[in-house]
Amino acid sequence: MARFTRRKFLQASSAGLAGILASHRAPVFAQANTVHLLRWNDFVPAADKVLREVFAPEVQKALGITLNLETINANDLPARATAAIQSGSGPDIILLLNNYPHLYASAGVDVGALADEVGKAQGGIYPPAARLNRVGGKWVSMPWSLVPALIAYRKSWFDEVGAKSFPKTWQEYHAVGKKLKAAKRPIGQTLGNTFGDAPTFTYPLLWSFGGQEVDAKGKVMLNSKGTLASVKFMTQFWKDACDEGGLAWDDSNNNRSFLSGDISATLNGASIYVAALNAPDKFKTDKGEPLHTDIQHSPLPAGPNGSHNYHTAHNHMVMKYSKNQKGAIEFLRWAHRKENLEKWLVVQKGYAVGTARNWEKHPMWNDVGPSLAPFKVAAAGQSRLMGHAGEPNQKAAEAWNKYIITVMYAQACSGKMSAEESVKWAAGELSKIYTT
Amino acid sequence: MGRGRAVQDLHHLSAEHARVSRLTRLLESEKALAAALLAPGVAILALFIAYPFVMALWYSLTSIRVGDAGHFVGLANFTKALNDTIFQQAFKNTVFYTFWATVFKLALGMWLALLLNRHFRFKRVIRASMLLPFIIPTVLSAFAWRWMFDPTFSVMNWMLYHGGVITDRLPFLSSGDWAMWCAVLVNTWRGMPFFAITLLAGLQTISPDLHEAAALDGAGAWHRFWHVTWPLLLPVTLVVVVFSVIQTFSDFQLIYVLTGGGPANSTHLIATYAYQIGVGSGLLGEGAALSLFMFPVLFAVVWIQLRYLKRMDTA
Repeated sequence: MARFTRRKFLQASSAGLAGILASHRAPVFAQANTVHLLRWNDFVPAADKVLREVFAPEVQKALGITLNLETINANDLPARATAAIQSGSGPDIILLLNNYPHLYASAGVDVGALADEVGKAQGGIYPPAARLNRVGGKWVSMPWSLVPALIAYRKSWFDEVGAKSFPKTWQEYHAVGKKLKAAKRPIGQTLGNTFGDAPTFTYPLLWSFGGQEVDAKGKVMLNSKGTLASVKFMTQFWKDACDEGGLAWDDSNNNRSFLSGDISATLNGASIYVAALNAPDKFKTDKGEPLHTDIQHSPLPAGPNGSHNYHTAHNHMVMKYSKNQKGAIEFLRWAHRKENLEKWLVVQKGYAVGTARNWEKHPMWNDVGPSLAPFKVAAAGQSRLMGHAGEPNQKAAEAWNKYIITVMYAQACSGKMSAEESVKWAAGELSKIYTT
Repeated sequence: MGRGRAVQDLHHLSAEHARVSRLTRLLESEKALAAALLAPGVAILALFIAYPFVMALWYSLTSIRVGDAGHFVGLANFTKALNDTIFQQAFKNTVFYTFWATVFKLALGMWLALLLNRHFRFKRVIRASMLLPFIIPTVLSAFAWRWMFDPTFSVMNWMLYHGGVITDRLPFLSSGDWAMWCAVLVNTWRGMPFFAITLLAGLQTISPDLHEAAALDGAGAWHRFWHVTWPLLLPVTLVVVVFSVIQTFSDFQLIYVLTGGGPANSTHLIATYAYQIGVGSGLLGEGAALSLFMFPVLFAVVWIQLRYLKRMDTA
């Protein structure tokens, strides 16, 4: 038997490498139709399971595409996107939240044809979702889903303090929350430096008191009576009704606190309910009933300027640097087909909903039960985006990423600044962003 | 035919010999040998230290943002940073964090080194286990600490509450001041073994005769430490402090995992804020300018301490 010496190995591998370099082509295994998709670790783990165990084999069979799904912490997505764009290599498709498509607009492939196709077939894409993905008239990314943010609350605990239905106004919510906190069942809300549950609470709170970041032309309007009223309200509400540890919470703390019975209400997606539903023996009420039977959902209360909500948008950007743009778009086209996307949406049970109107009519809503019913139309009711009343552009994304609106409330609630000082500070920070 | 081949071989051999001789002569020259030996190190430094530094310098002078090369803006990014209240706070936080963490690491590290320098049972096992906080990846240990400080599920709050020490949860990470001190505590926990082991190595080079002589002269434990141990340990201490200041001033992982810069930006350091702006928001030019503010401070610290060491050497 001939010996395979080190010298022979080096000769063979050098020849192979020289061949690859001379051909200016990647080896065959790297040229396969692989699509690398970067997403977050879903708060509904079953949804990631669908992508791995259903989408991957089915898209392989249907289109010959090998789906390489990578999931990371949502707070780390922008860092990965920046690194990939600057180095010109990385995932073929990246999940971008909210207004990030505007931040990375120059790096996205035009997916206008796909958006038109999906919009026409599925009853039209919600206008806010379209605004987040269209930059200068071009679709730089494709809306995938929306995560409606509603208040999950313990019905029996609210009943016990005399709130037979969920409070309609912030003042009523304050009064109920005060009683709940006195009973060691505070309201839980993050005001931490985190991407989701903090801004989905603070921006609508600002709007419902009549505050806004900018006017339609992008002039900063934050330092207003409405903003100040909202910060003053929040400071008192925080002290009287909330778990003050929320200043250090990220997006997962309220889920854990609610499920462990430490808080009575929190603004969240449906993930708390879904977790309780999936583990009825683990999560129980004080009476031993499955916890999910005691969870109800409600939109945020109304302020002097009405009720507003913000729902986190999930968008997929096909990257310009991708060597497989065609494969990536084909994958998205396949994934957005009703018969495929519904497999993913059904396991979400309302945590994530479709971005086109026809999904409101899907039969899944007949099975989810009354507690999740508000999630069906929540996304359709959204009218405002971060950066209101201006565009959800790069400036709005920068302000969101610096947590300016959230920090404005956090500073006042923690006593670091007075309400007036904090509003002035936030308006100043916004001005620096919008005037450069 | 055979003769011709032999002549060819001879020519080949002599050419080979000449080449080898030239190489030998070259390597016999000290300057050339030094250059050859230094070259790989210099290349690595140039590639991984100098190049990114020069790029950061260039980025800081431009309006580059993710996906857009931008244009030259002079010192505009630096001016913007100086007027940025979050950066001002991050700078103050960084100085505070570095100062206190270094003070605690030095004091506790010295104390630990003096204890470990004594003879006791299981000395080697204890010395080795003491390095654990330093060995565990920072991200992992920071996560563990984050759980211990968790606003709702903190094990420390649980113990203090059930032990009857407190009636309300302590705001470990939800109060700005508490969160900063928690960060200092974790940094001290992580960095103290480095101080202790290095100082222990220094202590072991001090001859016991000096202590015996001082003791015979009537010096107590404190006087022996202050007049014998401390002066002899000073050069090692200064080097450790320089390393520690550099690492702590540019710390990122610990704060990123423990607090994310919150609450209300109270624990942002220069590195975490620069990351948030440069990488998170894609404003690469502004992020580079923010991070470069660390350079003059660290350069000054290193220069002053090295100059002091040099003066001690010549004294």
